[in-house]
Parts: sequence; C-alpha cells; structure tokens
Amino acid sequence: MAGDAPVFDEMNLADGAVRPAYETLARWLKTIPTDLLATRSREAEALFRRIGITFAVYGDSASTERLIPFDVIPRVLTNDEWVRLSKGLTQRVRAINAFLGDVYSKREILRAGLVPEDLVYQNPAFRPEMNQQAVPHGIYVMIAGIDIVRVDSETFYVLEDNARTPSGVSYMLENREVMIRLFPELFSQHRVAPVENYTDDLLATMKSVAPRSASSDPTCVLLTPGLFNAAYYEHTFLADKLGVELVEGRDLFVKADVVYMRTTGGPKRVDVIYRRLDDDFLDPLVFRPDSALGVPGLMSAYHAGNVTLANAVGTGVADDKAVYSYMPEIVKFYLGEEPILKNVPTWRCREPDELKYVLEHLPELVVKEVHGSGGYGMLIGPKAAAAEIELFRHKLAQDPSNFIAQPTLALSTCPTLVEEGVAPRHVDLRPFVLTGRDKVRIVPGGLTRVALKDGSLVVNSSQGGGTKDTWVLDS
Amino acid sequence: MRIRIAHETVYSYAVPAHAVIQTLRLTPRNYEGQHVATWRIDVDQDCRLDAHEDAFGNITHTFSCTGPVQTLTVRVDGLVETSDTAGVVRGAIERFPPGLYLRGTDLTTADGDIRAYAEARHHPADRLSTLHALLDDLVRDITFDKDPTHSATTAAEAFALKRGVCQDFAHIFIAAARHLGIPARYVGGYFLHDDGTVDQEAGHAWAEAHVEGLGWVGFDPANGLCPTEQHIRIACGLDYLNAAPIRGSRHGGEGEFLTVKVMVDQASRQVQVQ
Amino acid sequence: MLSRTADNLFWLARYVERAEYLARIIEASTRLANLPSAYAGTSNEWESAVATAGCAHLFYQAHDKATRETVIDFLAFSPDNPSSIRSCFEVARTNARSVRTALTVEMWDAINAAWLELSKYRASGLNQDEHLANFLSFVKETGLRFDGSAYRTMLRSDGYWFSRLGVMIERADNTARILDVKYHVLLPGAEQVGGSLDYFQWSAILRAVSALTAYHWVYKESLKPWLVADLLILNDQMPRSLAACYESIVRNLDSLSLSYGRQGPAQRAARATRTKLESARIDDIFQSGLHEFVSEFITENNRLGAAITQQYLT
Repeated sequence: MAGDAPVFDEMNLADGAVRPAYETLARWLKTIPTDLLATRSREAEALFRRIGITFAVYGDSASTERLIPFDVIPRVLTNDEWVRLSKGLTQRVRAINAFLGDVYSKREILRAGLVPEDLVYQNPAFRPEMNQQAVPHGIYVMIAGIDIVRVDSETFYVLEDNARTPSGVSYMLENREVMIRLFPELFSQHRVAPVENYTDDLLATMKSVAPRSASSDPTCVLLTPGLFNAAYYEHTFLADKLGVELVEGRDLFVKADVVYMRTTGGPKRVDVIYRRLDDDFLDPLVFRPDSALGVPGLMSAYHAGNVTLANAVGTGVADDKAVYSYMPEIVKFYLGEEPILKNVPTWRCREPDELKYVLEHLPELVVKEVHGSGGYGMLIGPKAAAAEIELFRHKLAQDPSNFIAQPTLALSTCPTLVEEGVAPRHVDLRPFVLTGRDKVRIVPGGLTRVALKDGSLVVNSSQGGGTKDTWVLDS
Repeated sequence: MRIRIAHETVYSYAVPAHAVIQTLRLTPRNYEGQHVATWRIDVDQDCRLDAHEDAFGNITHTFSCTGPVQTLTVRVDGLVETSDTAGVVRGAIERFPPGLYLRGTDLTTADGDIRAYAEARHHPADRLSTLHALLDDLVRDITFDKDPTHSATTAAEAFALKRGVCQDFAHIFIAAARHLGIPARYVGGYFLHDDGTVDQEAGHAWAEAHVEGLGWVGFDPANGLCPTEQHIRIACGLDYLNAAPIRGSRHGGEGEFLTVKVMVDQASRQVQVQ
Repeated sequence: MLSRTADNLFWLARYVERAEYLARIIEASTRLANLPSAYAGTSNEWESAVATAGCAHLFYQAHDKATRETVIDFLAFSPDNPSSIRSCFEVARTNARSVRTALTVEMWDAINAAWLELSKYRASGLNQDEHLANFLSFVKETGLRFDGSAYRTMLRSDGYWFSRLGVMIERADNTARILDVKYHVLLPGAEQVGGSLDYFQWSAILRAVSALTAYHWVYKESLKPWLVADLLILNDQMPRSLAACYESIVRNLDSLSLSYGRQGPAQRAARATRTKLESARIDDIFQSGLHEFVSEFITENNRLGAAITQQYLT
C-alpha cells in the first residue's frame, strides 16, 4: 500500500509470465512493429479530430478545444472479473439511491447517528430545496459513474462515486469504434463484449423513469449548458445517438407546471430531461437568480411530478469525498449486505485521532479536498516537495473537516504506447451504471483512463491523462 | 390584534413581455402567534396559480402567463389575528431539524469583520444573551438606509457599509449567529408600525435563532426588538432567496418598471389601495 | 424541430452564402480595378464594392479611403465587420457546432474544414494576386461544398427546408443589392450607351453572381443592360435571379406548411412577392423605375425574413 509497494501490472506478472487474459494481446504486441503502432495511433488521432471529439481544458485559453490522447493498446478484463465488479457496482448504486431518498425525507441514517448530521446539512451539494419532495419513482441517480482502481489480481477499490453528471461515456463508445476500424484483426482473435448498446440502454432507462402523467411514449431531451461547456461534444454525441433533442435552457419553458420545448411546429411537452447542467443553474426562481442557462419554473414542474430530471437535484451529497468514507456503513444500513466493492481506506480529518495520524504521516499519504474534483486541490505525499507538504499541514490545521486522506495506492498498470515504445502506465476505470424503474443496466467495461506520464498517478483528462478501450472478454 | 394587509406589486414593461413566470411566497401559515382569518392572492393576467409547499414548509404559488404582457399586477389582501409570544415561535411548521440552519449561503457568509463582531458579543454559556447582545448592538451600529443596498447585497457588503434595509440587518444577524454555532434563519413578512404609518414601500424581514428549551425565537435587528403582535410571519428559509415574496423571470419585456405598495393597518381602520 | 435549431440552420446557410457572395464581389472589383481607366472609367471600384457588400457605414468608421488594401481587408478579414468573410465563417461554425446533431457529417466537415483552413490566409499575403485568387477560390469552393453536402446528404425534412430558405433569402438579398448599387450603369444614358466603360461594368455584375456564361446561353447576344436586368430579376432559369430565389422560397415554405399542417404570414408574403415577379415585364420595370423596384424588393425580402423568424424560429 505504501508508495514503494510493488506495482501490479495487468499484463505482465512480476516473474515475467503473462496473465491469461492478455495472452493473445501480448503475442500480437510482440509481432507488431512499434512504428506501425505509432502510425495507427496517428490515424486514430486523425479520426478523433475529424469527428470532432474535443475537450475544453480549464485555464488553457489558447486551446479551448483539445483532444484527449487515446492509447491504442486496449485494457483487458476477464468475464469473471467483470461479473464481480458489476455486482458490486449495482449494489453500490442501489445504496446511493437509498441514501439519497433517506436524507431528503425521513433521515433515518442521521437519526441512527451513522453519518454525522453536519456532513449532510453543511454539504454544499446537499440541496435543502429537495427536502420532503418526491422524485418520480423514487430514483435519484439514473446515471452513475463509479471510479474503480485495481491494486492486485484480486482487489478492486472504489476510488470515487460520481452521482451528479458523470462524463466520459462518449469516449468509451468512440474508443471502441476507432479500435474496430484500426485493428479488425484483434477483434477476430478476441471475443470482446460489445458496448454499443449503451445509448439504447440509456434511452430505455430514461423512458422507464418518465413521470406518471407522461404519455405512453414519453418525450426525452438532453439539456446542455451550451457549446462552451467542456463536455459539449459529448452532449451532441449522446443526443444524436439517443435520437433526442439537444436543448438549452432557452429552448424550454414552463406553463402551469408542465415543461415544454419551443419547436417550429409549436410547443411540445417534455417528460424526461437528461440534464448535463449543474443544480445551481437549473432554475433561476429557486437556485442562482442570475442563471441564464436554466429554465425558470422547472423546479415547480419537477415538484408537481410532471417532469423527471436525470439525475435528480441534490445527488452530489452522495458522491462527496467525506460521505464516501461512510459508504460501507451506508451499504450495510440500507441493504443489510456486506459491500462487495471495497473503499480505499480513508482517514477523516474531521475526527481528531485520524487527523493526528494524517499529520504524522503526510509524506506517505494522499490528501484530498472533500468537495474537490478533477484531481485539483490534492496532495500526493510521496511526490510532493517539502514546502507543499507544509502548505497542506497548514491547510489541515485550519480546516480539518475539509479534507480526507488515503494511502498512496499502487494503481495497477497496463501496457501503453508512449514515445519510448510500449511501457506500463497507471490506469483506473469508470464504468457507467444506469438505474431505471425496471432494472439496472451496465454495459461491460467502461472508460479506462491512463496516466501517460511515467510514474504519474493522475489520470484526469484535465491534467494530461489519456484513455483506452476497455475489453471484457467472454470466457 | 387584528391586522389587515394589502400588498400590491405592479410590473410594467416598455416593450411588452412575451412570457412571464413567477413564484410567490406571499401566503402566511398559522402558528401560536398568528391566525390567518382571510387571505387572497390575485394576478390580473390569465393564468393558473399552482400551489406547492416548499422544502421549508412555506406555501408557494407559481404562475405563468403568455404575452404580450404590458403590465402585470400581483395583489394580496388579508386579515390576520396576532398575539404576542415574546418572540417565541411555537406551532409553526418545521421541515428541518435546527442543524440545517447552520448552513452557510452566499448572502449570509460571515467575513472577518462579522466574525469578530460576533465573537465580541459571544456569551458561550448563554445563547439568549448572545443573541440579545447582537440584536441590541446591530440596531445601534447599522443605519437604516434604503439607498446603498439591493436584493443581492451580501451580509458582508452591508456590514462594511454599516447601512442597509431590514433584509441586510437580518442577513448580518444570521451570519453572526451561525458563525457562533447558533442555527439561524431568515423570515419574511409584514410589520405594523407603532406611529400610525400605514403606507410602506416594502414588506419586512427579520431573523429567527434556535435556543435550547425555547425553540425558535424571533429577532428583528432592524427594529432592535423581538417580534411582537405587530409582526406577520409569511415565509422562512436560509436567506432572502428562500423566502423572497416574488421570484420571477420573463422572456422579452425590456424596460421593466416596478412599483410596490404595502399597507399594514389595524383592522378597525380602513385600508385601501388606490 | 427545436426553434433554435431551425434558426441556427437558417443563419448558417445565410452566412455561408454571404461569404461566397463577398468573394465574388472582391473578385469582380479586382478585375475592374485592374483594367486601364480607358476601359473601366475613373470611378472607384472599391467604393462601390463596399456599398455592394452593404457595409459602407461600418467601413468608413474604420477607414478614410476605399483602396484595394483597406477594402479587401475589411471584406475578407476584419473582425470589426460582422459580415466579413472571416466573421461569416466564424458565425457559421459557431452555429454549426451548436446544431451538430442537425447537420450531416459532410456539412459539418465543410464548415469545420473551412474554419481551420481560413487561419492559413492573412490579409497581408493577399496583396499578391496569386494568393488572393487562391483565397477567393477557397471561399467559393466552401460555399459549393457546403451547399452540395446539404443537397446530397440532408434528410428532406424541416431542417433542410429552413436551410434552403436561409440560402435563398440571402441570395435574393445579395442579387438585389448589387442591382441597387449598380442600377445607374444599367439605365439608358445619353453618352455611354454601348460604350466600353459600361460594358465592363455589366460583365462585372454578371461575374459577381456567376452569370456571365449563362447570359450568353440564354440571350445569345452581346451584353445589353436591360437583358442583364432581365436575367437577374425575372429569369427563373437563372439560379441567382430574384424570380428563381422566390420560386424556391415559396416551394420550401409550402413544404413546411404541409408538414406542420398550418400556414401563416410567411407563406402569404412569399407568394405575394413571387406573383409580382412572375407577372412583371422588364420594360415595365424600367418604365416605373428600376431603382424603386429593387429597393422595394429589398424591403419585402427583409420583411419575409422577419416573418419566418416570428413564425418558426423563436
């Protein structure tokens, strides 16, 4: 677990043997010249650029549209590994939904003293406005992205839950399309579970959670903040694949507690909104009054039960890093089951004993801001300069409850094409879990993110991470 | 005391609006200190008022009308029986435990100055004394002035100016109380003046803080007193935005002009809006 | 479809059309300006280019004098000119990005590639004729590619019809504007009739709407001013004539009203203008005033644009 622990490589074991899942791929990698791989890699980039997959990087005004690097060597999971993972994911998301339903109604978990009250009430992502307000079919998180890391052949940890508007699924889908075009021979040698049904699953999920007052063929839309949003490409991509309108706030209006969109044929009722717009901006009559991106009156229609928002408002309270540390208790409390997926061991700096331990072991630990995301505001102890450690010591003393700490995990590595050739790089995995009224749907795999810098553990695309296609092999 | 209220809000637009939507928090509920005898809301446009109860237990009405809207009038008339409870709010609808009201908001964030001001008046063992010290000193240290602040002014901004209206007084009080770990919330309503003034330019606002043993207690820092039978309680929340009498949005309708007339009078006298 | 999507498609098509028209204006003006004054007269072609592009007011805020350099820079590259070729491409691409799902891949490629390509051209380089020629043909090819992509790949449904309406209303406006600025050289004058000066003006007008070859095919005559006017106003075989534009506008608006099951002010206005163009004769137009006729047309055409916006796009 410490910084110098042996790193688990998903292809090559420490003794030089190749793990069974990678046998065919390893043979192929031996036969294919590196410069051919590099050529394919450039072709892949050209394809991505042509279809317009871009990603806006904050604070990088010169290139507001940048391509996320794509690595052509796939990451491989066996069906057995996947079955275990998907059971754990389903369980975790069920627990998240139960937790949200509870904190916005009866608050039994707070009464039971299992989760501290202030962690919920003082949480910026908690939305008091959702208190005692029913949501259609009682489902809060229809679309979740759960970040998973692996540390050895047996152990997967949940690193982070994303219960607001997880992004990245378009990369999962496009990566596969590009791989099939570039390396058809690999797909005839492997039986790779398909992912292309994701958008059909998403549409089925959305329709299943339509409000009761909707017609039998509910109208779904995707609400985007607009083309200056970092994930705008993904919004257009998904709307296109779903066959639903990509709307901005100004395309919608509310009349008598029903949401309509402005169309060339007149107003049309909207039943389900897959919204990629943050809570704060949804409705200027309820949240930020200066928001021009939202729909005035939307929350009133929502509370009247005439429209479904996916995800619900206020789901962020469940993916907060401080609440994260309580997830094992949350799973047990609502489901009466042992968690299938483990949490990374986490010290809550709000608790004095744990803070003491953290302060004594700063150079070994990763310290994260409770409400931060995207890898910002984070201390990686073993890689940090002394001054940075002292800065965090100061921050921790000032506001301990704003931080958690975790051991520096030896994330698993996968073979990756870099300038020097094929070399191991650290990876994580974001599977997407869809929860409908009828069932939970997860396409096999997810988005593998890879830290392209040698030794780096930061896989975030906003900090130079790349992506890989993720294969779940049929056994 | 029987109090009659007439509250008229008129919007007029230089260019008629295509559509207007508003959410009103203009309906009082009963608690030990007040009984609503009659209450009526009128909107002079073709629309339906959809009633909801919000997360804080306030009654809201949302309406939308399609244009062209040249003028829009929202009118409230009501009669409320009040009694003095020494500021203690019993029997009101509570949707949250007090702990929720420690939550900070943009409008009620305590900056260094407010924190120091609060700490200087902190009686750690006696929450009620702390709150009264804040109440007494704020009315002395902040000047009532409707010019320099507006509905989006934060507690810190108003405190730096040492000026503001009842909303600003309430926000400062709330920011200070929360900083000391005392749950506090914003209350919007009406106030009957002692001096016989009937016509007012706006409603009133004050704060409530939670005290063990007593429950929620009102503090009106703009007047330097705890609410009496002259206060009519309409809506509460974390800050102004949760309890605002009207939050609205319009499509088109450039050049909005707003006039507000509030009349609060004892029921024995006649109240009329021209 | 979403009103905003329809609005974006409509304006996207208009901006691409406008960019192409500006390229033709620059091309025709360059030709005229390069002629010895014995052939082309002493009038400043660059002044009339600015007027024809409809941006004289803005131009003279930025520049004192209309010269080759200032006009080409202003019409092609200036970010201060909301209708420069650069601005047109920029707005077109922004519109295209925000309606990606309503465009075919080919249409997006045409716009996106043009935007990327545009950065290769600099105003300073265009002083050389060869660079200018390359630039202008790039702009014209973009128009052709976009138009062709739309024609060949778009579903024949409301999105396509709004896009065509954008093209046709812009095209009608452009053709009318060149007539509005140049009408005086088409009028029968005392001295210059048949003179070489006007001959080259007439051919420049035809070039600006890519109709020089068409003229010869249709009339099988040397250039005559009233025939030039006839071709550009009334000849519905000529794709840039006002009559052809309105024939298409009426057809596309009819498709919309059939599809939505109702019609409104836009359909009525378009039919009225078309009927007028159908029943007019060029002699009568000259008789009652070419200038008045064209000015009135420009006003009606703008009014139709506003009616379409009101009825469908907001």
